[in-house]
Amino acid sequence: MPEPFWRKYIFSQDHKVIGIQYGLTALAFLFFGFCLMMIMRWQLAYPETPVPLIGEFLWENGILLPEVYNSLGAMHGTIMIFLGVVPLAVGAFGNYFVPLQIGTIDMAFPKLNMTSYWSYFVGGVIMVASFFTPEGAARSGWTSYPPLADFEPGQTLWLIGMVFLITSSLLGSINIIVTIVQLRAPGLTWMRLPFFVWTQLVTSFLLVLAFPPLEAAAVLQLMDRVVGTSFFLPSGLVVSGEIISATGGGSPLLWQHLFWFLAHPEVYVLILPAMGIVCEVIANNTRKPIWGYKSLVYAAIFLGFMSFIVWAHHMFMTGMGATMSAFFQTTTMIISIPSVIILTAFFLSLWGGSIRYNTPMLFALAFLPMFGIGGLTGLPLGLAASDISLHDTYYVIGHFHYVVAPGTIFALFAGIYYWFPKMTGRKMNETLGKLHFWPSLIFMNGIFLPMFIQGLAGISRRLWDGGAIYSHAADTLWLNEVMSVSAWLLGLIQFVFIVNFFYSMKKGEKAGRNPWDATTLEWVAPSPPIAHGNFESDIEVHRSAYEYSVPGRKRDFTPQTEPKKSDN
Amino acid sequence: MIEWLQALGLPIDASADGFAIDEILGLVHWLMLILFIGWGAFFIYSLIRFRQKRNPVADHDGVKSHFSSVLELAVAIIEMVLLVGFAIPIWASRVNDVPESSEAVHVRMVAQQFAWNIHYPGPDGIFGASSLELIDEEVNPIGLDRSSPGAADDIVTINQLHIPVNERIRIDLSSKDVIHSVNLPEFRVKQDAVPGMVIPMHFEASMTTEEFLETLKGTARDTLPDIEKGFQIACAQLCGLGHYRMKGYLTVHDEAGFQDWLADQAEYLEAEGDDDWDDDDW
Repeated sequence: MPEPFWRKYIFSQDHKVIGIQYGLTALAFLFFGFCLMMIMRWQLAYPETPVPLIGEFLWENGILLPEVYNSLGAMHGTIMIFLGVVPLAVGAFGNYFVPLQIGTIDMAFPKLNMTSYWSYFVGGVIMVASFFTPEGAARSGWTSYPPLADFEPGQTLWLIGMVFLITSSLLGSINIIVTIVQLRAPGLTWMRLPFFVWTQLVTSFLLVLAFPPLEAAAVLQLMDRVVGTSFFLPSGLVVSGEIISATGGGSPLLWQHLFWFLAHPEVYVLILPAMGIVCEVIANNTRKPIWGYKSLVYAAIFLGFMSFIVWAHHMFMTGMGATMSAFFQTTTMIISIPSVIILTAFFLSLWGGSIRYNTPMLFALAFLPMFGIGGLTGLPLGLAASDISLHDTYYVIGHFHYVVAPGTIFALFAGIYYWFPKMTGRKMNETLGKLHFWPSLIFMNGIFLPMFIQGLAGISRRLWDGGAIYSHAADTLWLNEVMSVSAWLLGLIQFVFIVNFFYSMKKGEKAGRNPWDATTLEWVAPSPPIAHGNFESDIEVHRSAYEYSVPGRKRDFTPQTEPKKSDN
Repeated sequence: MIEWLQALGLPIDASADGFAIDEILGLVHWLMLILFIGWGAFFIYSLIRFRQKRNPVADHDGVKSHFSSVLELAVAIIEMVLLVGFAIPIWASRVNDVPESSEAVHVRMVAQQFAWNIHYPGPDGIFGASSLELIDEEVNPIGLDRSSPGAADDIVTINQLHIPVNERIRIDLSSKDVIHSVNLPEFRVKQDAVPGMVIPMHFEASMTTEEFLETLKGTARDTLPDIEKGFQIACAQLCGLGHYRMKGYLTVHDEAGFQDWLADQAEYLEAEGDDDWDDDDW
């Protein structure tokens, strides 16, 4: 009996369908989150002038008010991270390609997998719905620092939404861990795993260990708001002339510790799968093994461990003492070393290659210098002394956006272009792909490079007027227009991608099983792989992940399934 | 060494302590620049040299030298030098060398949505007590109890911090409501104001407001309507709707000018009664 539609496409338990559900939902959220920012960038470039096109329908006089600006800012961060990048990197790519790359038929727990997606979906609906409530959406920043977040409207729904999103991540990550540990195909030893699978494994450990403290913290903040506890409220608060009657005794800094205990590992949740994708694409398109595979694996594991003990470097300005700051500065400098190792290994991988410049490769290559800028600008922020000038300025915004936007999101685009043939059986259009890539690269830098300059000037983040009121902003204020125009053009050029995506799905060049002449297991399966089963026959693995251009072999790639005796 | 950062936007340093911050800022940025240029040069050369047309058959082994380990070790050593030689000692002096009241001009600063309340102890050097019940946003925002010991001569201003040049300044920072953050870009000072905590911060101005304004001649800043008020106090931590407009002014006087200002404030207090506070420019 054929599966009914709702069972096949809505409440599916097939990791591939769930992966695609995650992917489409996350892409929609990425675009939505970006739209919020495009609106904010109008106010930053042209403060207190009516927002064109949409302003007159939404606000009096069409002007973006400070409370709406703060909402858009908080929700931009929340949506991009928790509803966009992580679900795309882990929920979509992890779900779809981990089982394929380890040669198995599905995730270990298909029902859990489905639950994870729908929990994510509910969390997303709650976040979006919060815009339409009388209170509006949360407006205390994606970091939600109390006491402000304890008092500001909109925060309650944000917290409830977060509980769903965190639950989703916990279910998803435990599933990925068990799948990788238990379901690898015979012969697929740990050191034969594609680096992408390693990054998914480390990422899942980060999620499963770092999210529970935030889930607990979110529940505590919810209690502060709805039943009058004071986990994060000290005694003796006076807000707008009113003495706050909550019992007090709580600590605003407790929230920050719990929040950053998740949110720093979260940075590596964003970046590790991106590195995994970049590694696959670079090995494939240089036609040679990735340089220093083992050092990459050890560096990723070390990165994972270290990411749990750097969190308070976000809190140097809270009055942190010498001992504690010395510890967190030291761990922060230490964690930069594995990142340097990984990035260096990718650069060295290019040497001696026979480089094919297709669209996935362009995005993967651009990741390297962009992530380089993002990583390097983390150094002055990680040292408490130099952080004094830069903390909470646009320098920070520039830093983490280089890591996440032209860094991670470029890697995710590389992944989409690279694996699209596997998911649909058709290739995406190369010309449109390049037309998407080059302008995106230019506009990304147009947005984020000027932020370092404004940050050096001392301009704070989260200012409704972009800093216009402060004299130290005067010399670099003109850059706001440059950044805003870049942002809008970046938004516009994404339509090339959207058109390409849907056009290629129907009309793209037919791809076959292995259009890129790749070695890893997903390319052994048909494109798209068989529903509920993936491969036609059981998979057996005989070699490491990247046997490209081995001297003396007929072809310049040897799939992992090829038996040893066929060498030469 | 930091001229290029100043050319990019880093404000002039008007403090006696800021050079240490600028020094590490400069060193780190040099390290970043050298690494980026090194990586970048290798990257671009490889992209051209090893393109498929020029190099149709890939070399399975690629780079055989282990120079990269040397590079990674070098980065680690430089970072340790920055850490042990600069970052940790600078921070230790920031948080540990807080001057006593007797060694510095000592004021309290109480942040609130969306203003900076500044409390001077007056000629007796003793801060009067405050209490929650006495807080009145119109006339007594910090709830100063004028009847408490040492309170009668206390001076309270809003958004007006006046200090003398070349003297240690100690500010005990707190907040009434939510977290704020004092940002004094020209003094390389930033400190969160956390409700429930009193956090001391200290610095020393090396430049009077007058001298500072002299340095701005011909820049975009010089054209602003309120620029003659000199240095500004910015808020660096999202504190609500009015975060963007939470602006105070910092006036650096020469020693005589500061004494005159204190005397003026004492006179106002005398003339206008107990519960008055200075509100110029509020």
